[in-house]
Amino acid sequence: MVESEVVFRVKRYRPESGGRPTFQEYTIPYRSDMVVLDGLNYIKDHVDPTLTFRWSCRMGICGSCGADVNGQPRLTCGTYIRDVHKGAVTVEPLSNFPILKDLVVDFDDFLNKLASVTPYIVRKDWGDLTKEYVQYPEDVEAYRQQSLCINCMLCYAACPVFGSSPEFVGPAASALALRYNRDTRDQGADARLARLNTKTGIWECTFVGECSVVCPKDVDPAAAIQTLKFLATMRHMRRLLMPGASSR
Amino acid sequence: MERTSFDIVVVGGGAAGLRAAIAAAESDPDLTIALVSKVYPMRSHTVSAEGGTAAVLRDYDSFELHALDTIKGSDFLADQDAVEFFVARCPEEIIRLEHWGCPWSRDEDGRVSQRAFGGMSVKRTVYAADKVGFHILHTLFQTSMKYDRIHRFDEYFVTSLIVDAGACTGVVALNLRGGSMVAIQGKATILATGGCGRVYEFTTNGFIKTGDGMALAYRAGVPLKDMEMVQFHPTCLPGTGILITEAARGEGGYLINKDGERYMQRYLPGKMELGPRDILSRAMVQEMKEGRAFEGPYGLYLGLDLRHLGAKKINERIPMVRELAEKYMGLDPVHEPIPVRPGQHYIMGGVSTNLKGETTLPGLYAVGETACVSINGANRLGSNSLSECLVFGAACGHAAVEFAKRRSTYPRGAAAREALKREEARVFDGLLGRERGKETVAGIRIEMQQLMERDVGIFREESALSDACGMLGKLRDRFASVGLADKDRVFNTELTAVLELDFMLDITMTIAHSARNRHESRGAHSRTDFPQRDDANYLKHTLAFQTDGPPRIDYVPVTITKWQPVERKY
Repeated sequence: MVESEVVFRVKRYRPESGGRPTFQEYTIPYRSDMVVLDGLNYIKDHVDPTLTFRWSCRMGICGSCGADVNGQPRLTCGTYIRDVHKGAVTVEPLSNFPILKDLVVDFDDFLNKLASVTPYIVRKDWGDLTKEYVQYPEDVEAYRQQSLCINCMLCYAACPVFGSSPEFVGPAASALALRYNRDTRDQGADARLARLNTKTGIWECTFVGECSVVCPKDVDPAAAIQTLKFLATMRHMRRLLMPGASSR
Repeated sequence: MERTSFDIVVVGGGAAGLRAAIAAAESDPDLTIALVSKVYPMRSHTVSAEGGTAAVLRDYDSFELHALDTIKGSDFLADQDAVEFFVARCPEEIIRLEHWGCPWSRDEDGRVSQRAFGGMSVKRTVYAADKVGFHILHTLFQTSMKYDRIHRFDEYFVTSLIVDAGACTGVVALNLRGGSMVAIQGKATILATGGCGRVYEFTTNGFIKTGDGMALAYRAGVPLKDMEMVQFHPTCLPGTGILITEAARGEGGYLINKDGERYMQRYLPGKMELGPRDILSRAMVQEMKEGRAFEGPYGLYLGLDLRHLGAKKINERIPMVRELAEKYMGLDPVHEPIPVRPGQHYIMGGVSTNLKGETTLPGLYAVGETACVSINGANRLGSNSLSECLVFGAACGHAAVEFAKRRSTYPRGAAAREALKREEARVFDGLLGRERGKETVAGIRIEMQQLMERDVGIFREESALSDACGMLGKLRDRFASVGLADKDRVFNTELTAVLELDFMLDITMTIAHSARNRHESRGAHSRTDFPQRDDANYLKHTLAFQTDGPPRIDYVPVTITKWQPVERKY
């Protein structure tokens, strides 16, 4: 089933050898049903075991295998070589993140940002713990889109604001904040909006929209941030008009 | 300096590990918990579970019925006290997840929806479209962020347990980013590292499923139970092994052969496509043998036909099926059947535990796919595994807390320092120091996977199993000369692959030897040379103990409470 060959240009960075990142080329057998991750694994198993990258589920749900492929942030497990092949497949670590080694980057900053938006249900009173809360199908639909975020970090790699202001809370964490704010079971919206209404919050976003373009799960974080800006404004107005009253 | 002594150390950040960590965190604000995972927790393989999670929530259902379905599905190898404990606690766990924000699909009346699943006699499976594992994992992970007493060690690979004076007192782990070893001590340690699907060539499991926790316990002298019981899921995409959820059949999908016939009418007319997985996978192999399968670039396959469900139902109930078929097969299931074939999916066996997750080593617990309680016996029913992670995750978390509280002081540092030194010598001076020779980690791994696929697969018999046992011994010998090209300490994934292969070679030995020793067919263990179930001799659990050579095999009785074994008929 080998049809021909394909050239992979992979950016290498090895902290223990020092120096700047360099490109290394690999020529490997090619089949038309190969995804970029298949190519990386072929290199790892048969050509160069030192090549370092993360992957696991190979079905677009675990979010491990993101990389810049020919300049675009993508999940390598869901990117067919035939769709990006222009002479060579160039694979680089996701932009905007510190590189740990080869294609492996450090996401700890995101996890701290995620924690900062209170990514869980907040309630004063949990009610009867033996009974489910009633939620109608349309209630689930209200936050379903944002709940689909797999934390793959492609949106941060695509975001020029995050690139220049790394403290920006960023697309995925904002989308997840909206996911909880829209959940009828939650009572923590006010605190989340207060967090997002800071100088590292949603106002940093200039609505470039690249985050939504690269999102593999159609979460549309750009729209989520615009909605949050509206909600934060409403909250601000309410507080001006009705001091002392707190919103939900 | 980073804290390295905790009350509870949890290894694994999937559903079972997170549930255990949260249970421990909730039980006492003064407790400290380490959550150690070789990946960021949200990458854990729970994320790939699709179809649903079982619980009795409606008047038409009962604990009695859930228990009976589970026990019958297990071909009477499940421990019935464990099953009764399990079914009674599934509802509260589903509701707890609901309170924590899990986006369960809902009925028009606002209640949590339930769907049909294989081997379940009523609609009992709770779901969130067909991304159930994904939503459970992210709900648990995000909820765990509430507790700053849960200290995460993300991307730490556990290489060994610390055993001191006959008890487990923590783990030694390789900090992948720092490139150093660290001893993480705990009064109690919980293994929740999931399954070992990557010992097979064709599996639905992610790359990280290498049975680490099973091997860690086995090496500390804890037996692995029922390791011959390996589940093959009938509907996987040829080539990649990507899972197409059983919910596709729960929602009404058909399995068809190349003549367009719903061939299950020949094998299981009473249940058709909603039979248990062991029976469905064997029926597929039979259709292939008898020339009624399709032929494609990746071999023989059958068809999963969803066309009659229509686009609306597919989009609402099983959107990921459509997404996966379009992306990885280039076809739309609204218009074409999906090519499917059986593949390794789950292991019923694992670290032998009781209802609280306790192992034979004091201070060591195991839970989830890593463990074998056993509620799954010889064949697990779809949608019982996520519930198992939740119910026993909570139970195990609480039991570990009780144990930790009885130990007034933190473990002695001396044993940890000694274990750390030993592991540094083994991993850095030993494995990492090996020069590259003719054996490579990928080479041996691929041979092992092909061997397991061929000789320890859906159908088994003596000569193949005996060959497999011999060949695995030889692979173990050859593993000693695997050399590494990557000499870095930081994020050395060739080194972790060697450590994982080392674990997998232990696991495969327990699977092959346990299978060879069970001279009967029961559930997923199907011997062509012993086609009948033999309750007189094998109504018992296999235990595999580590020795210097092949595992020593022993047996313990199955616990029967009120369901006497009868012929398993559907």
